[in-house]
Amino acid sequence: MDDAAKKERARRNVAMALALAAFVVLVFVVTLVKLGAA
Amino acid sequence: MPQPAALDQTATATTARPALWSDYVQLLKPRVMSLVVFTALTGLVAAPVDVHPFLGAIAVLCIAIGAGAAGALNMAVEGHTDALMKRTRGRPVAAGRVSRGDALAYGVVLSVMAVMLMGLAINWVAAGLLAFTVVFYAWFYTIILKRSTPQNIVIGGAAGALPPVIGWAAASGTTPLDAWLLFLIIFLWTPPHFWALALYTSGDYAKAGIPMMPVVKGAASTRRQIMAYSVILVLVGVAPLLTGLGGVAYGAVSILGGLAFLLLAWRLLQSRAGDAPDQGTEKTGREDVLYDVKAGAKSARNLFAFSILYLFALFAALLAEHGLKGAIL
Repeated sequence: MDDAAKKERARRNVAMALALAAFVVLVFVVTLVKLGAA
Repeated sequence: MPQPAALDQTATATTARPALWSDYVQLLKPRVMSLVVFTALTGLVAAPVDVHPFLGAIAVLCIAIGAGAAGALNMAVEGHTDALMKRTRGRPVAAGRVSRGDALAYGVVLSVMAVMLMGLAINWVAAGLLAFTVVFYAWFYTIILKRSTPQNIVIGGAAGALPPVIGWAAASGTTPLDAWLLFLIIFLWTPPHFWALALYTSGDYAKAGIPMMPVVKGAASTRRQIMAYSVILVLVGVAPLLTGLGGVAYGAVSILGGLAFLLLAWRLLQSRAGDAPDQGTEKTGREDVLYDVKAGAKSARNLFAFSILYLFALFAALLAEHGLKGAIL
């Protein structure tokens, strides 16, 4: 794997981590909203 | 296992350029996703129920991710076939930029996340319909139907027609007749839309071994069937007026748009579009080639292009009417 491919893989990993973090935050906010509605 | 020539060529592409984040966006079929989001939003807004705006947005997000995941699964499975067709050869898996396994994992993870979030945050009726849609499209349509019958896009069209029902179910937890009317409009719209496209790309489909209607039954039969479906579509398109789902604006759009649709379908019927299908795969894979046709196929291209506008206008009218009603009340 050359440098460009390694760099792109690292970028994808960061994107994946951010997406997962966003999903966790989303579930948390949804829980708050649903608790509020109840 | 021997690989098709087109995929062998892409092996070099894999080493030439690594997958970019934009390839993972492309795997989600953003153009299809935008239409799915639009029709799902219409179903959600048209349902006579107050929806918390944030939860409504979450429902639409889940539908968008589910639709994108189905697209990724489709590309993972269809990589070899996509590599043979000029319209699809630039897709990430077909071009070798993303591996089949990566696309498959991506699609499965996103599907599970979308369905689980829909179930936990909204309701399980909508989640069940979303799960059914993803499985129906990615497995039943892509793996079984597409290669086994010229009715592939007729039956498979159900997957593309379900988003407004899912949107309605997300809002109300139910799927009444009006929701299924929206389903029926998209379901009946699918054959004239895709067969018009297939009339001038049938050479590609034949090369890829996909039994699209023009390949199996010929262009003349396809043009007749397009006309028949167009008549039924236009009649069903007016039906929301009768049930009270559509108002004056919808009535105007469905009647005027329907007449224009019938005129274009009639012109296509009178034409010889598809009689001499394209044979070329000389162009690189770009969606723009959908509109770049020979003179003889222009009537097919015109109906294909107008069909998108027609469906968009119908749902935009419903969205505007119900959105405004919701804003005023």
